[in-house]
Parts: sequence; C-alpha cells; structure tokens
Amino acid sequence: MDTEAGEKKILEFLEKKSKSKSKFYLKDFNALFPEDKPRAVKNLANDMVKKEILEYWSSGSTTLYGKKGAGKQAAAEHED
Amino acid sequence: MAKHATPLLDQLESGPWPSFVSDLKQEAEVRAKNEKGVEYQIPQDVCDDLLGVMELSFKQGRTHWKHGGIVGVFGYGGGVIGRYCDQPEMFPGVAHFHTMRINQPGGKFYNTKFLRELCDLWDLRGSGLTNMHGSTGDIVLLGTTTPQLEEIFHTITHDMNQDLGGSGSNLRTPADCIGAARCEYACYDTQALCYDLTMEYQDELHRPAFPYKFKFKFDGCPNCCVASIARSDMSFIGTWKDDIRIDEKAVAAYVGGEIPPNAGAHSGRDWGKFNIVKEVIDLCPTKCMRYEGGKLSINTKECTRCMHCINVMPQALRIGNDRGVSILVGAKAPILDGAQMGSLLVPFIKVEEPYDEIKEVIEAIWDWWMEEGKNRERLGELIKRQGFQKLLEATGIKPMPQHVKEPRSNPYIFWKEEEVDGGWQRDINEFRKHHQR
Repeated sequence: MDTEAGEKKILEFLEKKSKSKSKFYLKDFNALFPEDKPRAVKNLANDMVKKEILEYWSSGSTTLYGKKGAGKQAAAEHED
Repeated sequence: MAKHATPLLDQLESGPWPSFVSDLKQEAEVRAKNEKGVEYQIPQDVCDDLLGVMELSFKQGRTHWKHGGIVGVFGYGGGVIGRYCDQPEMFPGVAHFHTMRINQPGGKFYNTKFLRELCDLWDLRGSGLTNMHGSTGDIVLLGTTTPQLEEIFHTITHDMNQDLGGSGSNLRTPADCIGAARCEYACYDTQALCYDLTMEYQDELHRPAFPYKFKFKFDGCPNCCVASIARSDMSFIGTWKDDIRIDEKAVAAYVGGEIPPNAGAHSGRDWGKFNIVKEVIDLCPTKCMRYEGGKLSINTKECTRCMHCINVMPQALRIGNDRGVSILVGAKAPILDGAQMGSLLVPFIKVEEPYDEIKEVIEAIWDWWMEEGKNRERLGELIKRQGFQKLLEATGIKPMPQHVKEPRSNPYIFWKEEEVDGGWQRDINEFRKHHQR
C-alpha cells in the first residue's frame, strides 16, 4: 500500500463524514481499501496516530479513530 | 470528619463481608493525615470525592461518570481508560479519574519490593486505590489525572521494568496460572508460553488491531485456575494423551484413611470415612473408572481429563507423561448478552519453543476475524454467525470427532459437494437399473 495515498484517502473520508461523525471503527477504514489486508490498514491507521494526524478514542472495551482534535471530546476533556 | 455525608454507602458496611466502602474511607483518612509526607500529585481528597459522587449516584439512581476518552500515553493505543465526572464543581477530586491497566507478573509472582514501589507510585500520582486481578486479570490502578499518565508510564517502564496492559480493541493482557513453578498438575510451562506470546504480539497488545477485545489465557491443567475456558477468546488448557499414573499403594492409603482426601481441604467438618466408590468412581463423568478387589483401573480412551479423581487423591493419581495443550476458542463472559464457553479447536498440540505451530493457529484466526468480524463482535460470536466449519477452513484444521459433542443430533460440520463422490446429483436412469420405483 502506498502510505501517502492511503493517508490521503483516510483524511478525505474523515472530512466527508465530519458533519455527522468524528469517531470511526477500524473496519470503516478497511472498507476504503478493499484490495488490502486488514492488517495493512491497521498499520497505516496506527502510524497516522503516531504521526499525530489521527487520535484514538477508547471506551475501555472498544477503540475508535478520529482526526486529532476533531469532535467534542477534546474540549470536553479539558485538553485544549 | 468525612467531607461528604454518606448514609447510603455506610449501610453497605453493615453486612458480614469486607466492604469496599470501608477501604475507601480508610484510604481517605490516610491521605487526609498524610503521615508519610507524600507530595500528592492529584487532589488529596480524591477518595472523599469518590465517596461523595457514589453517594449522589446511589441517591439519584443515575451515574455521574463520563466513561471513555482520548487520553493515553504516546505510542500506545491501550492501557489507559479515560473517565471524567460530570459534576466537577461538586467533586473536584474526581474531575479526572482515569484507569490504568498494568501487565501483571507471570503467574502473579510478586516480590514485596515491587508491590511497595507500585503502591508508593500510586499514592504519589494516583488515588491509592487499586483493583488487583479482577475480571481483566491484570493490575488495575483506579483514578488519576491526565498530566500524570506519562509520568506513571515512565516510572512503570523505566524503574519497575513493567509494561501497560491491554484495553480497547487490542489483545488484552495475557493471563496465566501459577503453572509448573508451584503446581504438579501443570502439563506445560504456562509462564513461558504466556511470556513468549506477550513479547511476540506486542503490537497487537499496545495498538488496536481487531474488531473488538481479544483475550488469551493459559491454564496448566483442566482445573482451569484462570478460568480460560469461560472467559478467553483463545484458551490454552494443559492436557495429556497417555494414562493417568496410578500409585496403588497410595490408593490403598486413601481408602484406609491414612491420607486425607482432597489434600486435606474441606476438613472443617466430619464427612465420615472416605468412600472411594461414592466420592470418586461414581462421580466420574464418563464412568471410565473401576475399583474392584482393591484395585483401581482407568479406561484412558473414555477419560475426559476432568481432574476430579486427581483432585480428590493427588498422592495416588498423577497426570500422564505425554503432555501438551488443548486450544479452545470463542469463550466470552459479557454482562449483557450471556456467557459462552470455549469450543475445542485443537485437541492436542505439543508445547515446544519457539511455539511456531501455536502461533500459526493464532494468526490464522486473527486474519479471519479481522476480515470477517463485525464491529464489536467477539470471536465466539463470529464462530456462531458463520459456523464452526468456517473457522476450520480459516485455520486449515480438519474436522475430527473431538469437534462434535453429539454427531447424530448436531454435527455442525457438513460435507461439501466437491468432497462427495458424484456430488449431490445422481443419474436417475442408472439408479433405476438397480432399484425399482
């Protein structure tokens, strides 16, 4: 998988959905890359967190991904 | 004088059991007095405010926690669970009350130095409240603030040589029984396998990879001291293939009353003379044992390794020598949807370093589940939805009699057309040559 193109695809997807949702399951990203193995998509998403493009949101039982700083969570957690 | 009046919580202390409310009050008092002169890094009255918010929730029948969050330590996607109070003005001590999960030592072998360091760290940078080895199995540190997370992580990893555990859609902190270190029933080295797989799958443990949680648990024998069969997606249970070793002299000693049964357990009352037929032979679930003429015999082919006879007469009966592990999959213990026990996938596999055969099974299962599992769908639910046969195809394991409980009523493994000579179609004219209408 081309990392740059992959990152762009994920960011475009997040942008498109940003009006209705700010957090997404890993599976939502899998659907963007039907040709790739879920493991490759997972590595891409986790690298994007490391680069601080995305961030995790965890309920404790499940983890979701969102664009860093997007949504109400950052403000609600007194992080900004 | 307590910061908040807690009449409803106080009532919980009146029962016969030790109460967590008493524990919280004790910790609140210790923090208020601070005789050790700790420079508390989170509010000193955190435990008082915790009692206060719980009392309010109790009174109103509604929660004041906001569960979950974006907090974590850099590079990790698990191990920290955000929690916030939605009445921070009333209870500022618990405005942030995050949980940290720490990987427990293998077999829960602690030394007092480690425990002291852990408690000192949590007194300094957290609430002082812990939940050791509850349903997650790991060390749960309850209640700290966001700025403390990286500090705690640094101390845990650099000074204490320990790591965060798993949470979220990660591989969860693997758990093992005390194993060969102390237990003669251990059929394999649980701690070696647990440690090896923990190190091998660091990425899965610390970064979300799956549709939902995934748990490994390692039991050295079918007594299942870490309850792997009931609460892990992949359960490794020690077993053996050959005969249970019988020491007839010791059997006679049990029958004669020289050795107390159950290794002396349950001796609080007089149960009468030990009766081998009533207490062992008749309780064997597969009726594979006989005791005739003072001689005990076991038909190994019928034995399901239930451990009952061995538990009752540990000096007379010992596990076999040809040892390995059974792998079961798909157990879960959820609060809402009902528990599910594991299904046997691999009846017997040798446990030998570098555990490549075991890792092959694990990775094949993960590939299938990552591809096919729905969001928040446990492996056991996927197996139920798509069928056990699909799991066998994904793992390349051939169906075998041990996979089915009752072949005639519910085999749940079916022939496919390409596996049957002639398929599902037949030449009716050819058939009629031999059979009248």
